[in-house]
Amino acid sequence: MPANDERSGFRRWLDRRTGLDSLLDHALDEPIPGGAKIAYVFGSGLLFLFLSQIVTGVFLAMYYVPSADHAHTTVAYITKEVTGGSFLRSIHAYGSSAIIIVLLLHLTQTFVYGSYKGHRELVWLAGCVLLALMLGMAFTGYLLPWDQKAYFATTVGTNILSEVPWVGNALKKLLRGGTEMGTLTLSRFFVLHVFLIPAFIFAFVAMHVYSFRKAGAAGPVTEDPVSPKLPTKPFYPKQLVMDMGFAMLIIVALGVLAYAWPAELGPKADPSDTQFLPRPEWYYIPVFQYLKYWHGSTAVLGILVIPGILGLLLVGLPFFDRSLERRPWKRPISVGLFTIILLSLGVLGFASHREDMRNPGLAAQLRTQHEETVQFMKAKFEPELSGGSLVAQNAALANPEAAKGKAIFEREGCNACHGDNGIGTSAGPKLIGIGSKYDAPKLETLLRTPTEKMTSGGMQPLEIKEDEMKLLIEYLQSLK
Amino acid sequence: MSENMRRQSVSGPQTDSPNRRSFLAGLLAAGSAAVGALLAVPLVRFTLHPVLARTTEKSWSDVGSIDEFQKLETPVKKLVTIEQRDGWRKTVTEKPVYVTKDSKGELIILSAVCTHLGCTVPWAEKEKKFICPCHLGVFAPDGKLLGGPPPRNMDRLETKIEDGVLKTQYQFFRQLTRNKEELA
Repeated sequence: MPANDERSGFRRWLDRRTGLDSLLDHALDEPIPGGAKIAYVFGSGLLFLFLSQIVTGVFLAMYYVPSADHAHTTVAYITKEVTGGSFLRSIHAYGSSAIIIVLLLHLTQTFVYGSYKGHRELVWLAGCVLLALMLGMAFTGYLLPWDQKAYFATTVGTNILSEVPWVGNALKKLLRGGTEMGTLTLSRFFVLHVFLIPAFIFAFVAMHVYSFRKAGAAGPVTEDPVSPKLPTKPFYPKQLVMDMGFAMLIIVALGVLAYAWPAELGPKADPSDTQFLPRPEWYYIPVFQYLKYWHGSTAVLGILVIPGILGLLLVGLPFFDRSLERRPWKRPISVGLFTIILLSLGVLGFASHREDMRNPGLAAQLRTQHEETVQFMKAKFEPELSGGSLVAQNAALANPEAAKGKAIFEREGCNACHGDNGIGTSAGPKLIGIGSKYDAPKLETLLRTPTEKMTSGGMQPLEIKEDEMKLLIEYLQSLK
Repeated sequence: MSENMRRQSVSGPQTDSPNRRSFLAGLLAAGSAAVGALLAVPLVRFTLHPVLARTTEKSWSDVGSIDEFQKLETPVKKLVTIEQRDGWRKTVTEKPVYVTKDSKGELIILSAVCTHLGCTVPWAEKEKKFICPCHLGVFAPDGKLLGGPPPRNMDRLETKIEDGVLKTQYQFFRQLTRNKEELA
């Protein structure tokens, strides 16, 4: 302890018990060969984004319920009713995209600068695991709102597992908690998303940062990765200010996006929907497109062997590439391969978009799905009827006109598909709450001339007298 | 010490004492604290939503068409449907009320809950009185306490007539108190 210690009594007291000052000094005095650079901000940007995801995630969990019955209602409640709920959920949802983008930048920077070279294998390996864990977070988080796109995208996503030879179906069942997607799938994804994967991320972030500090910052591309020659400058203040600036940029960008274009929520998952076209989140689109090209006997090659080789190439990079040459123009093969893979992902993404737009049927269905989402977002929040409530049919029968309408509902066989009391079956959607979705004239139009989507689902045009139509609509409107 | 001089030296934990950092560090800490506080605003609002939002707003329930009650001679029992919100869920229940007339002949609505211990008070047609079976509290047709242990008259509910429909605001009141006290 120097004699001219100017620290306050409390700082000294705390430091003696925690070693906080020396820890802080150690963190802030990290020597960077060649000094601070904008190119080095991505790692801490990722850490910042991860923290933001934790904070927003914890708050979202205050209202969210991971059950197939309530998940969608609670997310709708967060989005439509809770103060700042839509904003917070949007920050969390867009945060996942931001993580993928900054991960790609971090990976590219590390690759191009050859910063994985020279005793940095563990830094790289922990980074690869973190990449996989983050992709896992994105995949598991996508299901949680339990809306149409979440449900169907995850159905497709988990189906891919069954292509794994021998154990594929067992793996799929294990992940889904059964043969089909259901409330157990949601519970499993919730546990993975909220408990398991984050715990592993903490552990691997610690490993990544520790092994990075042990090896030291690699510095510019001309620097020797093992014994740096350039004079070093400490992390503080210049690099810290750059890192903080980048974090600010991220949070401002997320805030503006979340405020101006809030994340959407579609209608609740309807497993009986046979029309729905699942599309994953943008960062999985290239993989989604790639998987389309492989089916039948070659599927194993495309789904397992090729990604396996690519994964192995990525993970094993610091072991294959032992040269200490870091300048990218002197490493044409690895840099070329990396560029080709990145470009291919871009091309695949573009091809997927083009295929969707070129096929009029697909384009129309995707438009319809988008419209349904917009409609759902506009609709007022409808609270869920709790178990102890009066059942809908009793309330309906208090109104004598609705009671007559119910008789027509049954005579015309509506209940065959839409279920007794309009509760819905696998053959037809539920009608409870339909009155708040459409007004009487619109209901009459839909009943007399169903839309194309309705007829393709088996809906028949209803030809009954005007007064009977009135009673039937009265009944439909009483279904709440 | 100038920034340039500092750059020349390779800094280590020994050479970089905390006070040298203090000004910029203070600035950065204050800036981070300010930004942090700003970011915490939506989180606090999000958390306080159920506390601040008026989700327990009283709602009006239909009792019946006004014509039904015009020639009312004795109190009639009606079930009103009340909807209670609990965050993202709602509970729909039916509660009994009596439509009756006060001394001036105006339509009033009484809660059927006894002010004594909360039993549901039935209308005794023969005696033309409300007689609570639990402890024999007796009330007049307009709900006025006539005898027995109850501390006060039967509770009147708010009413209004809209488009020819009699409506009421169903509420619960504290039992065993002399004055009518609303329960949230």
